[in-house]
Amino acid sequence: MTALTPDEWQALGLSLRVGLIAVVAALPFALALAWLLSRKRFPGRALLESLLFLPLILPPVVTGYALLALFGVHGPLGELLGAFGIVVAFRWTGAVIAAAVMGFPLLVLSIRAAFDGVDRRLEAAAETLGAGAWRRFATITLPLSLRGIVAGCVLAFARAFGEFGATISFVSNIPGETRTLPIAIYELLNTPAGMPGVQRLALVSLLVALVASVSAAFVAGGAPWRRREDA
Amino acid sequence: MLELQMRHAFGDLDLELAFRSEARTLALFGHSGAGKTSVLNAIAGLLEPRSGRIVLDGEVLLDTAAGVRVPIAQRRIGYVFQDGRLFPHLSVRHNLLYGAPARDATYRTEFDGIVDLLELGPLLERRPHNLSGGERQRVAVGRALLSHPRALLLDEPLTGLHAEARVQVLDYLRRLKQELRVFTVLVTHHADEVGALADEVVRLSAGRIVRQVPIAEFVARRAAFAAKEP
Repeated sequence: MTALTPDEWQALGLSLRVGLIAVVAALPFALALAWLLSRKRFPGRALLESLLFLPLILPPVVTGYALLALFGVHGPLGELLGAFGIVVAFRWTGAVIAAAVMGFPLLVLSIRAAFDGVDRRLEAAAETLGAGAWRRFATITLPLSLRGIVAGCVLAFARAFGEFGATISFVSNIPGETRTLPIAIYELLNTPAGMPGVQRLALVSLLVALVASVSAAFVAGGAPWRRREDA
Repeated sequence: MLELQMRHAFGDLDLELAFRSEARTLALFGHSGAGKTSVLNAIAGLLEPRSGRIVLDGEVLLDTAAGVRVPIAQRRIGYVFQDGRLFPHLSVRHNLLYGAPARDATYRTEFDGIVDLLELGPLLERRPHNLSGGERQRVAVGRALLSHPRALLLDEPLTGLHAEARVQVLDYLRRLKQELRVFTVLVTHHADEVGALADEVVRLSAGRIVRQVPIAEFVARRAAFAAKEP
């Protein structure tokens, strides 16, 4: 098996960039939503949770179509962004949105589980010591959930890295712009003599998935102080 | 000075009590489930009674009738929980400093003073999981004191400690009482802790006050009770 071709490197680089930016962009929203679901009771909470799961349940192509309808040049959000000269449909930025939307439920679920795992009595102790809501979040909740948050980021990145259906429906397959690694594999599958390229990229995908999976398991393994106390 | 009047119900416990105390160290004494910790939680703001009024040193912390409820973070109550509740990800030093107000010129002296008093110096860089039960409670007391509390609440501070650590922490608490003048409410079901630390005792049973007596009377009653025992 030979080395990756320039086009394959380009697809790999784009996938890595899209995956990373998608996770970074989704993280603040995921933290806020996870905190809300973990700590607050409010009307419409069950509906919000159901909506959160939609990208996991819907066929990705449908999610991509919904994104196109929203962010397309004539979509409501597309028109709004267009007023500021921003176009995302058929651009790599659109691939980031598709990846972020598809990875978002995994990110929120992991972070919420991490927040749920924080001993609320520690937050109460911090409150009696004069800490307001932001300080409690920044100094108690966040550091004690850090491993879960990082594990969630790794999983969401892996999901974003492998995103295909929503991306191809929303931003199509434009070399150098929206042709991410899975789309490049799909393209090679439909190309005569493309099989060696498919094998190379499949191997790269496998490596990325393995690294993500192992690092998520390693990171989520628990804080050293917890491990020792549990022992 | 503490004035407290509260009504609250949860589970099988129907709490209804009112007392006023000018003692420096007040003990809430009674069996488990008498409602002692609920009183501490109400003072700290962690429990909001169905109705009640709590006044500490002239400041109304809670008055359900008037709609007054001072937020927990603004009450300046140093709460030493039964389980310590040290922050596991922070060193002893950072646990101690967590509630300390802005670090002005006096903070260093005060920090050193508390560290010396509770003999925490060798523990400062350790994490809570590397401390013994007695050491954890001493850090919890130091952390509460460094937050400049108007009142110190001690919830069964010696429970779960082995005999040697109990004696040791009790000794530190005695020293604290002598050297610092902080109004303290001690919750315990051990008469020896009451005798060693309190100036006045409120005895609770099933959510009601049985009696409120000065420490001398409490000790005399206990002695008389012990004498009757075969």
